Amino acid sequence: VTALAPPVVPGRAAPASSGARSGSVSWMALPALVVFVGFGVIPLIGVLALSFTSWDGLGAIHPSGTQSWRSVLTDPGLPHALWVTFEVMALSWLVQTPISILIGVFLAGHQRYRELLAVLYFVPLLLSSAAIAITYKALLDPNFGLGAGLHIPLLAQDWLGKSHLALGVVIFVVSWQFIPFHSLIYQGGVRQIPRSMYEAAEIDGAGRIRRFFSITLPQLKYTIITSSTLILIGSLTFFDLIFVLTAGGPGDATRVLALDMYKRGFQANLMGPASAIAVILVLVGLGLALLLRRLGGRDQSESQLEGA
Amino acid sequence: MATTVGTGTGPVTETRAGQEPRDGRSARHYNWLGGLVGWLWLAVVLVPIYWIIITSFKTQSNYFTMNPLAPATSPTLDNYRLVIASNFTRYFINSVVVTVGAVVPAVLAAFMAAFAIVRAGGTRWFLRSVNSLFLMGLAIPLQATIIPVYLIIIRLHLYDTLLAIILPSIAFAIPLSVLVLSNFIRDVPKELFESMRMDGASEWGTLWHLAFPLTRPAMVTVTIYNGLTIWNGFLLPLVLTQSPDQRTLPLALWTFQGQFSVNVPAIAACVLLTALPILILYAVGRRQLLSGLTAGFGK
Repeated sequence: VTALAPPVVPGRAAPASSGARSGSVSWMALPALVVFVGFGVIPLIGVLALSFTSWDGLGAIHPSGTQSWRSVLTDPGLPHALWVTFEVMALSWLVQTPISILIGVFLAGHQRYRELLAVLYFVPLLLSSAAIAITYKALLDPNFGLGAGLHIPLLAQDWLGKSHLALGVVIFVVSWQFIPFHSLIYQGGVRQIPRSMYEAAEIDGAGRIRRFFSITLPQLKYTIITSSTLILIGSLTFFDLIFVLTAGGPGDATRVLALDMYKRGFQANLMGPASAIAVILVLVGLGLALLLRRLGGRDQSESQLEGA
Repeated sequence: MATTVGTGTGPVTETRAGQEPRDGRSARHYNWLGGLVGWLWLAVVLVPIYWIIITSFKTQSNYFTMNPLAPATSPTLDNYRLVIASNFTRYFINSVVVTVGAVVPAVLAAFMAAFAIVRAGGTRWFLRSVNSLFLMGLAIPLQATIIPVYLIIIRLHLYDTLLAIILPSIAFAIPLSVLVLSNFIRDVPKELFESMRMDGASEWGTLWHLAFPLTRPAMVTVTIYNGLTIWNGFLLPLVLTQSPDQRTLPLALWTFQGQFSVNVPAIAACVLLTALPILILYAVGRRQLLSGLTAGFGK
């Protein structure tokens, strides 16, 4: 770690040593605030403003009223992109959640080899989405990939060339990348469940499956909410992976919102409509976050450890 | 967040606090379904990784003729030579510059902000609104702001520089870092802050001499998390740079793949070389991460 010296911030002049409880700490938030406002908040406002302009990414920016919005909202590409985004979101949740819970419960045991498993599980998380996408692209090649090499026709399909298969591949690769992470979250969650609950259930004669559904699953409620939030919000941001793996194709079978924004903006040079898509992306993200918060926050007062 | 703080009075061992006694049940009743899924998924995780490793040592003709899951009969390092000859070192240095240049300021700024937010304890409207601003930042897919970020970078005449990647990376890293660090600082007993104040320490002194050492485990976690995200970042380099000299590793990997599309062994070597530094750091850093999580502030 280098350069621990603080940046010189105006306003630091307030006497820092006096007993004023917190009078002198406000300025400490400034460096973070300035950068976040500059490259987070202003762009967020800017994207709304740009959606009412026309700009090719190079020349001058001209106000153009609601033209971008009209072209985006009447484009059949928008409902399609929204639908694909939703499909990716829903399917990756459906695949990842049950598998992650099962693996998490399994990993929560304390045998030494399970620790080793956890070490290996973590590896996909270290790789960049670009590296993962490129690996799978080569692996799934219909002529020279794994299926062709092993002479298994079932595996040697044109995975990325057929619409319905390509979407499945995207879901699979996303799961490959993130199931380990969610398993680790569940592992942590399971380890927090008081053992006394299981002992009590065992005395009452509850079987293994019964215990899973009456203790483990309800106790994991907040872990499930956390993990699901990460999966759902995260699936809005699968850009790199899909961009490298399929580039939205074949046709526009895997063209999710984020990709739609990029292609309109940086490939078709239509920054106005692309900004309109970006605004929609923000709204979807905010709506989702609010929805999940309502679902999760409803009975936060109720004790998680009731009966422990 | 599994943060077991305040237990590490004894010798810091590899085992997590409270690990042994909890879970005797799995020894008595083996979880067959979980075990099956667990081992199966391990195979699913490992097959592509194994394949990429063995493929990177094959010659191109070898690759087309051999069983894809059999290791190379006559391993070659030519693929690695080809990748390194394709300006790999340059991209590697770029990635290091971007990652270090973004993570260090991001974590320090987030730490200071988190400290201020916790110390104010919701009494100042300014820090309260800063906090809610950061929390809002968590809910927004920040990629959506890429077009205005691109515009700002052009106007600042930073387009096609590494600084163009660094600045937005810092901004995107701040919300989560502040959240994690402030949760952690909140766990520091109030009495410690009080006694620092009694001793006449300034808030600035308290920040570095009390909060910094006590939150080190969380700082390590946040640093590793952000470092990984930025090292693997693709969209910002893709949009904000243009010339080959400014490429970071993920972007270089992508262009390399476009260039050598049929030479799968070379691509495999390139994938491995871009991941290798992180894998090495993981081997070293995981231990640090774990002991960091258990090492508390005994006294």
